[in-house]
Amino acid sequence: MTITINHYLIVSFLLFSIGFLGVLVRRNFLTILMSIELMLNAVNLNLIAFSRRLSDLTGQVFSIFVITIAAGEAAIGLALTISFFRQKKTLDVEEAHTMQG
Amino acid sequence: MRNLLWAIPLFPLIGFLINGLVYLLSHRTKGETHGHGGGYGTDAHTAATAPDTAHDTGHDPGHHEIPFKGLHTVVGVGSVVIACVLAFGAIFDIGLKAFSEGASHSITLWRWIPLAVNQAVGQIPGSAGEWFVDVTLRIDSLSALMLAFVTFVGSLIHLYSVGYMGHEEGFGRFFAYLNLFMFAMLVLVLGGNFLLLFVGWEGVGLCSYLLIGYYYEKNYAADAGKKAFVVNRIGDFGFILGIFGVFGLFGSLDFQKVFAAAAANPAAYTPYMTVICLLLFVGACGKSAQFPLYVWLPDAMAGPTPVSALIHAATMVTAGVYMIARCNVFFRLAPNAMIVVAIVGAFTALFAATIGVAQNDIKKVLAYSTVSQLGYMFLACGVGAFAEGMFHVTTHAFFKACLFLGAGSVIHAMGGEQDIRRMGGLAGKIPRTYRTFLIATLTISGVPFLAAFFSKDAIKAAVFHAEFQAVPWLPKLLYAVALFTAGLTAFYMFRLLTLTFWGHFRGTKEQEHHVHESPATMTIPLIVLAFLSIVSGYVGVPIIEHGDRIGEFLRPIRLPIAGMPERVHHAPLSIELGLMAAAVAVASIGIYLAWSWYSKGEGRTPARLAAEWPGVYRAVAHKYFVDEAYEKVFVRGLALDGGRFLWEVDATVVDLIPNGAAAVTRGASWMAAAFDQYVVDGLVNGVAYALQSLFQLFRRAQTGRVQNYALVMGGGLFCLVAVYLLFR
Repeated sequence: MTITINHYLIVSFLLFSIGFLGVLVRRNFLTILMSIELMLNAVNLNLIAFSRRLSDLTGQVFSIFVITIAAGEAAIGLALTISFFRQKKTLDVEEAHTMQG
Repeated sequence: MRNLLWAIPLFPLIGFLINGLVYLLSHRTKGETHGHGGGYGTDAHTAATAPDTAHDTGHDPGHHEIPFKGLHTVVGVGSVVIACVLAFGAIFDIGLKAFSEGASHSITLWRWIPLAVNQAVGQIPGSAGEWFVDVTLRIDSLSALMLAFVTFVGSLIHLYSVGYMGHEEGFGRFFAYLNLFMFAMLVLVLGGNFLLLFVGWEGVGLCSYLLIGYYYEKNYAADAGKKAFVVNRIGDFGFILGIFGVFGLFGSLDFQKVFAAAAANPAAYTPYMTVICLLLFVGACGKSAQFPLYVWLPDAMAGPTPVSALIHAATMVTAGVYMIARCNVFFRLAPNAMIVVAIVGAFTALFAATIGVAQNDIKKVLAYSTVSQLGYMFLACGVGAFAEGMFHVTTHAFFKACLFLGAGSVIHAMGGEQDIRRMGGLAGKIPRTYRTFLIATLTISGVPFLAAFFSKDAIKAAVFHAEFQAVPWLPKLLYAVALFTAGLTAFYMFRLLTLTFWGHFRGTKEQEHHVHESPATMTIPLIVLAFLSIVSGYVGVPIIEHGDRIGEFLRPIRLPIAGMPERVHHAPLSIELGLMAAAVAVASIGIYLAWSWYSKGEGRTPARLAAEWPGVYRAVAHKYFVDEAYEKVFVRGLALDGGRFLWEVDATVVDLIPNGAAAVTRGASWMAAAFDQYVVDGLVNGVAYALQSLFQLFRRAQTGRVQNYALVMGGGLFCLVAVYLLFR
């Protein structure tokens, strides 16, 4: 069986869906961060698959950018986690509802 | 040797890295230990009350061991000495004669910015149009001259700093910055294109900031650093716009290609040159402290004295002159820009010299003298005498470094005192400092057969013979200004010398007891520099056949421009001698006045003059209130008083109309009030009530839980995609 672009897209779609679902349903701050990471990497996979298919390096360059941004995002996310934990003594995001209308 | 060009800036960079790392590592564990023992706030108080007597002493009362002092000394001084040896090796490898015949050597280290620009951009025929920038180091006669005195004076001042800064906690930090400065300055000098020049230009600016603010725990030093940085930023803004212009016009930034293109096809470029030259000149004004951007240089004296000598007298501030001499092809194509350069230069020379007459801080006098001498150099460039300008740059580097280091030695001896009113009679107490200072003062005053006599004379002669087609009377006026400034220079320098070294001691008993000659690491550089300020003028002796060796050496940088014949002025000997005689006469008058007023008359005449014209004295002593004006207009004006001014306008002018109308309105408003209360308020309150109850509903949507929002967003996206897929 040859691996076509569709396979990549399906894997990428599954990864993205898992990540998105994780963001929606999980309550632990860290798990949500990891789910976001999953979504970002699904996008990376997508970009690289198309980059390969179209023989255009732009996609790969973009995925490098995404990885870079993801690193920054992880750093800020973890910093938020720590300061959140210091405030609430828990990692449950349900506790973060002070912006409620 | 010539292929080791890349190693010349490399060694100071390595020195910076080693010194910086060792200093950081050795100070990390100790926490907040600064030299001077004073933290924030303690010294700020004295600075606020007497900012002009800012002390930068080489002394720390607590004599504690400085970690890694030996290492810092060896690395800091050694790296610059190696650079100096390599520089002279490279220069003599190519040969002075070859340089004067136009030899140059360049090495391209790597391609820096490759730009794949469409080649079809509208280009002027003959332009290089290569659209890339390389890291190219290049040495020709102009950069060889700069390289020689920058590395040599740099080495001497590094050596001097070992003695001067010997008791400072921040010894390693100081040498790290100083080495970084040498690296940046060498990149500036050796850079083969505008962008590399700019890198060095910004690098020296950064180091200048760091070193002015070396005593960063003192407010005035930190503020002076910021001021230097911000004012330089204004100049750099013009400079980089000029670089953009050059790149857009020529498609290249390489000096050789750009100048060759401009010289070969002047007609195509001339229309743009005035703008580009003026922008470049704005950059030069900032870096070389020309009016109106000179204000940072006097304040920069807050840094340690070796820094003032190296950066703010000998090397960095001459970068502007170097850049203009480098771009001489452009400036010769833009006669109007040249006129601006000449006028600004002459005005700055005169302006700063008059301020220098009334200053009482030994370093401030020298700072204004530097601004004034830089004005001279720009005046030379403005009349097309680029070689003469560079000649003065070179001699100035020697005698002004000698003066500053001498001043540092005096301050060292006085234990931090900088006010010349509290000195006097130091000649017998610190004889070596006195003799070198005397030689340098005689030199800057233009005493015959010392260095500045020849270089200033060359500039004045060039100004006298200059021709401006637009304003034919201007050169004679500029000459008069230059001559008068020379007299003023002699006057204020001898005033400084008299008050510092002659007469009787006017300080306190403790100070008198403390006075001592500086160590050998400080006096040896002084002696070498004093020697050079005597002899360095003989590279440019006028009148004699082949006497103007420096002019011949620098001739290759003056590319012949197509269709513009080179004007060779060979004035008759009598005029040359007459100009010299005038210069000597004016200098003697200045020296005599200073001597008779301050030494013989013990300052009675100036005191009487100051009492007779209090307004004039106040203006000069307060530096013509330029700093106050800038403070008012730019610092406060645009931020605070601008708003206040608008408020005043509003309150007086604009309010006339409403005041008149108010009476009418009051009558009408009584009627309106009733209408308002019942009809309008009812309407408004009704609408408000309706909206409030509506939004009670909506606010439920703001749960504050991000996951809910994400869910709604995902759902919305799903719906949109679904609609798109179904109905496309």
